[in-house]
Formats: sequence, structure tokens, C-alpha cells
Amino acid sequence: MRNVIEVNGISKRYRLGKIGADTLVDDFKRLVSKIKGTGDPFDADAEVNAREVKGSSKYVWALKDISFNVEQGSVVGILGRNGAGKSTLLKILSRVAEPTRGSFRIKGRVASLLEVGTGFHPDLSGAENIYLNGAILGMSRKEIASKYDEIVAFSGVERYIDTPIKKYSSGMKVRLGFAVAAHLEAEILIVDEVLAVGDAEFQSKCLAKMQNAAGDGRTVIFVSHNLSAVRNLCTRGIVIEHGMVAFDGTSADAIDAYRGGGAKNTGFVIEVEESANVPFSFRRAAITTEDGSLQGEYEFADSVNVVAEIFTREVRRDSVIGVHLEDATGNTIFVSTSDEAVGFKVADEADKVSLVKIALPTALLKPGVYFISLSARGKSDKPYHKLERCLQFTIGDTRTYRGMKNLYRKTAIVAPELGWSAAAAFPANS
Amino acid sequence: MESDKWDIEVDANKSGVSLQLNQLWRYRDLLILFIKRDFSAQYKQTVLGPLWFLLQPVLTAAAYSIVFGLIAGISTGGYPRVIFYLSGVTCWMYFADCVNKTGTTFVTNSNLFSKVYFPRLIVPISVVVSSMMRFLIQSLLLAGFILYYNFNGTSISPNIYVVMIPVLVLLMAVIGLGAGLLISSLTTKYRDLQYLVQFGITLMMYFSPVIFPLSSVKHKWLEIIISMNPMTFIIETFRYAVLGQDGPYQYWTQLGWTSVFAVVLLTIALLVFNRVQRSFMDTV
Repeated sequence: MRNVIEVNGISKRYRLGKIGADTLVDDFKRLVSKIKGTGDPFDADAEVNAREVKGSSKYVWALKDISFNVEQGSVVGILGRNGAGKSTLLKILSRVAEPTRGSFRIKGRVASLLEVGTGFHPDLSGAENIYLNGAILGMSRKEIASKYDEIVAFSGVERYIDTPIKKYSSGMKVRLGFAVAAHLEAEILIVDEVLAVGDAEFQSKCLAKMQNAAGDGRTVIFVSHNLSAVRNLCTRGIVIEHGMVAFDGTSADAIDAYRGGGAKNTGFVIEVEESANVPFSFRRAAITTEDGSLQGEYEFADSVNVVAEIFTREVRRDSVIGVHLEDATGNTIFVSTSDEAVGFKVADEADKVSLVKIALPTALLKPGVYFISLSARGKSDKPYHKLERCLQFTIGDTRTYRGMKNLYRKTAIVAPELGWSAAAAFPANS
Repeated sequence: MESDKWDIEVDANKSGVSLQLNQLWRYRDLLILFIKRDFSAQYKQTVLGPLWFLLQPVLTAAAYSIVFGLIAGISTGGYPRVIFYLSGVTCWMYFADCVNKTGTTFVTNSNLFSKVYFPRLIVPISVVVSSMMRFLIQSLLLAGFILYYNFNGTSISPNIYVVMIPVLVLLMAVIGLGAGLLISSLTTKYRDLQYLVQFGITLMMYFSPVIFPLSSVKHKWLEIIISMNPMTFIIETFRYAVLGQDGPYQYWTQLGWTSVFAVVLLTIALLVFNRVQRSFMDTV
């Protein structure tokens, strides 16, 4: 397949802090060195983009030497933590921002969707805004006119189409905006986290539409924190960390790499993006010992606990937390939900942070690496918030066991400790 | 589709000097929609609606007639005051509108510009064109006044120079756009200039023939200063064309200079604007 996007060593430098007399001085220095021909004096100064670390320079590289090619028809997911530089990259590819260094080229028409409903004018009607928004996104009048009915039908706001959109609910605006965007005819689609807004129905509509686009041989670049969307949709994943490409490969590998880097590089404690617009979601989770200290390495028969911090926005009667344990090869060992415990409720107080502790069965897991997935859900199939393979712990094999467990543990799936005792009598046939 | 053709090429090291006018053509539909939006959104949710287009110049001309005419007694070169002021005000309002509205292009549209790419020039051009509609409506009002005065015995006869009006409008548009583009480009990073512009335009009006005919200026240096105002000969010619009075009003040479000024200003402004639009996102 031919390349439709070629990105060559793109860097983007930002100045931190306020603009004022200070910046004027910097501009002046830059001008002087330009005249002298000594290059930009602030290039060397600029520091790597790390959000948490307090740096000494006023300049920071939001992106540094990003290079990659994208083939036609591929769906590329871009992963990275907040502030890693994903959106900056999309902005540069959308030509909204200019790279400080490097170059890129694109073949075909680009539609970039960094926001839904860009350029909506509150005083104009829905119909007028469809034309306006479509034209802003690069459609011609004729194209919009030919798709107008489809767009209106897709948006589902037919009734209000002649009303000024300032009267619309925010959800209706989003629907209208996405309806226009969904009918763009572009060879390349650049989509920022637009899936974070809107209800579940809207989100799945978006995903389906993107899947179609990919099926038509169009190229999609997609930024999301929704890992399952990335896994399902993307053929390739690029992980960006501190403004640099940290990983580039298949989407599944990229998700693993992202998680490794994202989970504070320990694997047994994780902080996550809260998922908005759901009744409750996770904030943090960790693997702990019985007495509550963080630990990722255990021995057989140790007590292993999962502690999760959740934030409740809205109390639902059927809120439960699910835990799912997988081994290294992806076999499900077990699944459990919090409503198995009688009288235990989760997420039963709105606008509150609460903690949940899950004690995993002791003396069951044989030595090896295990992954835990957590889900916050109601009774329906679709969880509100899901952390797939978010935590990892190992059971070591240094402890010696009584009996022949060591012998069989390689082939057995679990290594439970059974109750061995002398039986009193053989049950009689009744 | 040949495989060597790239539709978009961006290179940070190449600082190309280009006016990107071909891009404008591709986005002509957007331009038309912006013009419509500017025009129709302006007086949404007002009772009088487009009547405001007419009230503004009429009330201004009336105020000038009272203050500058009746109280200060400034000559209007023999024309009825209302018509004299109205013709000047109509031109000046168009010009001021162009400068003021295009002068804030980047600041007022930063949200839109930060989300989607299209030739940024579309926005200021649409402003200039939609203000032109307003100018047209106001000119019709002026024509109405002229008819009214003729009907009542005051002879005001527009002459053949009326055909020059489109050229005059174009000149005003080009100068207004040029100035506005320069201002908007220079205010992306440092907003200081923005404050200067607003009253600067108002000050400039007093050094133009809006409230007095150029012929009434007897002081030599003052006349030179007023002649330096690019709007001076546009207004004078406009007035000559619609009010019709013989006299030394054929400013062909001066208008020639005004045109050269307009073209040079716009070219410089476009170059600066195109340079700024590439990086303005980082500074606005």
C-alpha cells in the first residue's frame, strides 16, 4: 500500500507562562541571533515535555522528532497520557498549528474533527448551521445540499432544524455536529477524542461510522483514551510519551506498551482517566498485601488484594463492580461481581469517592503472571467504565510446597489447596 | 491518481512567500456562507432588524448637522447639510467597519481557527464584502435623500462620475482590508495596538473631508496632512459624483496615488497575514 501521510521529524516548541514584556525580550533576542545567523537561541534551552516535573526552562518541546508514515486504508490509534502531545500532533497534521521543525506531507483530502460542531453560530438555525459547519470542514455547497436530508435524519433533531441552535441542548448540538462530520467525503479522517462526549448511543454511532470509513479504504487517525475502541477499530497504534514516539506497532501491542508506561511503570498500581458522563467510574486501583501495602510480587498462598478507588456521580440501584482475572496467556481464571457479597453496596452515595477492597482467593493461583480487569457497571452488558488488564501481579515459585504440586503446576490451570482428611465413612447407597 | 502528487506539504524550514490565493477559490462556498452569516446574524433578535443599517448613518448625519453645522457653523460647500454629512458618513462608516472588524480577525476567531483549517483570509474578506452590502443599502438611502431634496426644489444632480463609485468602493475595501489585516496580524501576540486602533480610526476621521469639504481648508500644511489621508480623495470624489458640483474636483492623479497605496498596502498586509496565520495559534 502506498503512503498517504509522511511525517518527518516534527517538533513543536511552546513557551510556558504568560505573554508580556518578557516575551518581547525573547523575540528581540531571537531577531538578533537571526540577523547574526546563529540559529534560534531557545532551541537548546527547551526541555522535554514532562508534565509532572518542574523544569527550569521557559520553553518546552511539546513534540520532539516525531516521524511515521501512514499507509492508505489503515486506522491508526494514537495513545498517550494527558499532555503527552497527541492533540498537538493532530493540530499540526490538521494544519491548525505549524511545526517548529520538521515536515509532513499528505495525499488526499483531509477532514479533521478536533471538535464537534466547529463554528456553529448560536443565532443561526440548525439548517443554516449544517451548511456553515459543512463548509468550514471543507465541503462544497453542492455536496452538503445532496446530503442534507441524510444529515438531518442522522442527527435526529429534525423537529428543531429551523430553530436557532442556541436553543438546542448540548447533546443536540453534538448530534448535529457529528451528523455533518459523519457525511464528510474525505480520504483522510483525523479524529480527536470526540467520542468522549455524547451518550452511549451516540458513541457507538460514531464508532460504527468510523469503522465504515475504514472499510471504504479511507485512512483514519484517531486519538482516544478509550482503549477498547482503539483495540477494536485500529490496525496500528502509536504511543506518544513526553512528546516522543514511545511505541509504534499493532494496536494490541501499543495498548500494552501504553499501559506499561501509563501505569506508573509498576503494573500493580494505576491511575486512570476518569470517564465522564457515567454514573460511577474508577480513579485508581492497586494490588496490595493483606496489611494494605503496595506490592506486585507474591508467593503461593499469599493473600492478594485489589483496592479500587471509585468516584460516584449518580447513585444507581444496580451498580456493581466486576473483577476479571486472566493469566499470562489470556485464559480467564474467574469473574466475580460485587453483588455476590450479601449486603455490600458500591457507589451508593453521589459525588463521593469511595474505596473497595477485593480479596482474591488465597492458595489457588499457581506461579505465573496475572492480569486484572475491573469494570464499573449496571445490570446491562455495557460497562460504564472498564479498565482492561489494568493491573498485573506475579506469583513466584520460590516457595517449596508440600506434596507434588511443583511437579504438576506447569500443566495445571489452578493450584488450589484442598482439604485432605480422613473420611469417616463411605456414603451408603440409598 | 498519480502517486507523486502530494496535496498538502508543510515544511517548517521553508518559509515560503505566497499569497495562497488559489486556496481561496477552493473555499469559495465557505466565503459565501460567511458573508451570509455576517449579514444575517448581525441583527438577529432585534425588532428593527436591517433598519438599523439606515438609522445609524441618519442619526450620525443629524448629529453632525447640529453640532458641526448649526453650532460650529462649519461650511458644507453649499450643499444641504444632511446630504453632505450623510455622503461622508456613509463612506467613512464602511471604511471604519472594514478596519475595525478585520482588525480583530485572529482574536475573535481564535476558537474556530484552533479547531479547523481553512484559508484564514476567508474571514476578513467575508467581513469586507458583507459590510459592502450594508454600504449599498446606505447608498440607496442617500439616493432617496437626494431625490427628496430635488423634489423640494434644491437641485442636486449626480453626474457621470457615479460610474466611478464601484472603483471607490473597491479602493475603500482594499485599504480597509489591508489595514485590518496588518492590525490583526500585529495584535496576535501583543494586544497593545488594538487599543490604539479604535480611537485612531475615529481621530483619522477628523483629518478627512467627512465633516468639511477639502476646498474649505485654507491652511497649507493642514491641507497636505489631510491629503495624506488615503480616504480623503475617495470621499471627495464620491461626493462630487453623487452631489454634483463643478469645480476642480477631478482628482485623477490623487486617486491614482490612492490606488497605488491601496495595492501596496494590501500586498504587504497579505504577506504579513500569511506569515502570522501559520504560527498565530501558539500566541493568541
